Amino acid sequence: MPGLGEIIRESQIWKSIFRHPMPVDRRNRIVVVLTNFFLHLHPVSIRKQGIALSYTWCMGGVTFFLFLVETVTGVLLMFYYRPTLEWAYADITALRDVYSLGIMREIHRWGAHAMVITVWLHMYRVFLTGSYKPPREFNWVIGVILLLLTLLLSFTGYLLPWDQLAVWAITVGSNMARATPVLGYEGPGHQLLTLGYPMITMGSDARFALLGARNVGEETLNRFYILHCIAIPLAVSLLLAIHFWRVRKDGGISGPL
Amino acid sequence: MHGLSPQQFTETVSSFLVPYYVSLAVMNGIAALWLWKVPKPTSTIRLFGMAVPSSLVWAAVAVGYLVLAAFSLGGQSLMPQVPQAFRTAVNERTGPVIYTVGTTVLLVVLYLFRAWFVKPTVAWTVWNLMLLFLGLSMPDPNFFAIVAKPDNVPIVALVFLLAFFTWLATERAVENDRRMDAGEPPLEKLDDEKVLVWPDLVYIELICMVALTALLFFWAMWLQAPLEEPASSVKTPNPSKAPWYFLGLQEMLVYYDPWMAGVVLPSLIIVGLMAIPYIDFNKLGNGYYTIKQRKFAYIVFQLGFLELWVTLIVLGTLLRGPNWNFFGPYEYWDAHKVEALNNVNLSEYFWQWWLGKSLPAVPKLEWMLTALPTWISGWLQPMSQFVAILFTRELIGTLSLLFYFIALPPLMALTVFRKFYERMGFIRYMVLANLLLFMASLPIKMILRWSFNLKYLVSIPEYFFNF
Repeated sequence: MPGLGEIIRESQIWKSIFRHPMPVDRRNRIVVVLTNFFLHLHPVSIRKQGIALSYTWCMGGVTFFLFLVETVTGVLLMFYYRPTLEWAYADITALRDVYSLGIMREIHRWGAHAMVITVWLHMYRVFLTGSYKPPREFNWVIGVILLLLTLLLSFTGYLLPWDQLAVWAITVGSNMARATPVLGYEGPGHQLLTLGYPMITMGSDARFALLGARNVGEETLNRFYILHCIAIPLAVSLLLAIHFWRVRKDGGISGPL
Repeated sequence: MHGLSPQQFTETVSSFLVPYYVSLAVMNGIAALWLWKVPKPTSTIRLFGMAVPSSLVWAAVAVGYLVLAAFSLGGQSLMPQVPQAFRTAVNERTGPVIYTVGTTVLLVVLYLFRAWFVKPTVAWTVWNLMLLFLGLSMPDPNFFAIVAKPDNVPIVALVFLLAFFTWLATERAVENDRRMDAGEPPLEKLDDEKVLVWPDLVYIELICMVALTALLFFWAMWLQAPLEEPASSVKTPNPSKAPWYFLGLQEMLVYYDPWMAGVVLPSLIIVGLMAIPYIDFNKLGNGYYTIKQRKFAYIVFQLGFLELWVTLIVLGTLLRGPNWNFFGPYEYWDAHKVEALNNVNLSEYFWQWWLGKSLPAVPKLEWMLTALPTWISGWLQPMSQFVAILFTRELIGTLSLLFYFIALPPLMALTVFRKFYERMGFIRYMVLANLLLFMASLPIKMILRWSFNLKYLVSIPEYFFNF
């Protein structure tokens, strides 16, 4: 008489999902990595020091996990949050005081801070082990872009609660953009862009492009919301895929030659 | 802390400190237990000439933390804290100069004596002292208000994480350097055998994910995400700060104009980071921790990351208060604190102080352009005006900048970086030299500001060009 577990594992449904037996012997431990979509990111085998925490610090993996946490909690928050002047602050207050899943905002915010830190620590480890050296130069470059995008993700999300902290942090941050050389209306060289009349004004400079308005306002909220929820995550996802793929293609996790 | 009565404040601090000290006691207790169970070369500590088992020492430290935890229960009068005299002295003596020079000296000392500092006993002592200092400072209302502000918690965490991971990496680097000097392979080479990803790696990943999820949940339950009053475009908070990870850049605004601190230098940081693999021609140190084999790259990176990025963030977040004035760690953020700002431009030094004249007038050039169509003169006029100011009023600053950015790279190629230049070739060397010079310009500007109150080397506010 076969047990319930065996019946399930012998069923056509189970076998259609998992193309291999349980990974209890060497052959199937190899097969599971090769045939499972989520596991095929990994190589089949790896040098022992490549998984030693004292070497890797696991910070790249932690960062990726935090990205997933941010995605899941972020989608849940999007169900509640409306990016308008009328509702943004009220919705965040309601997340804090009313909704049962309001803790998602806490997880989202602390996860975001943690992600900035773990990205730095990952970069720190990669530098200290010289892992950017050939053949991994280009993957380091992708990593730097991902670092920048992580900061921008955090920065754009900072505005969404629409409280004093948010608006003034973004105001201080984005004020820099008006000093952009040539393209900011208080930047050196903006007088050079002229067609008889000045092309770079308060209503047409780099800061205006970032904010969608002359000051941080509803247009900015909308712009940052879309950047935060769609544009940057899409870019990050693509670059992450390349980043992981290149780790494998460039010879796996680094180690002494 | 503001808005709380002294009684409430004491309770808040106590509710933090008691579990804090208890967990420090547990931490040291585990260390003691581990050293007792697994005898190591570090299992004795020399105290007053006697060899004491280190497990005993750390067990005693754990008991000490438990005593501190008990006292923290006892209200303001009993709560263990750094003496008032020390706090006053720190507040009065510290400033941007002491802070920046102090952290630099500290990093240099840590680097030079790294072989001593990475020893487990020393490192564990330093770790305990850091945590103890944090605990003993917490009862100070001003310190607590800054450090326990929810959005500042990540920075405190960052400081401790960086201390830990820098120790971890340095310890291995010191050991690897010693091994390689003796002709042995680095530690990372020893575990060369291969293991299967399932189960060895996937289980680590699983445990990490579970632990992190738990950590995030606890963090989220313990600390509420900050939410201030609804946004108002008329009520400007003082200080107005960017998110913490940009506060190093905001701190640079003290020394640079926004176009440099907010646009050019951040872009150069990104470009410079990307350029690292292409300008570092050293083939050694790939895939293992080492300092000796790549000293130049190591020192430059640590100077940039730990000193010019992280310590500036800590300064900008924890020590810069209203009007971006410097406040000591135990100082009340008084919005009315006045600091004299009498910074002087190099051109003023040159014309007024040295030559005793007034600043030369801006040359008038419009007459040259009247014959041209407006769309050309509209472009040419500011351009020629700008160049004219550069080489008259700002001549001395312009020459020093030209020397710094144009003459120094070839000079360095002929002297200190001769070998680099030969190995790197022209383009890669120039990229390296210019990035280094831009990076070095920040400490140079800091020192010029501190010693001569120098504001700008070249100051052309008419065209928003101040450097």
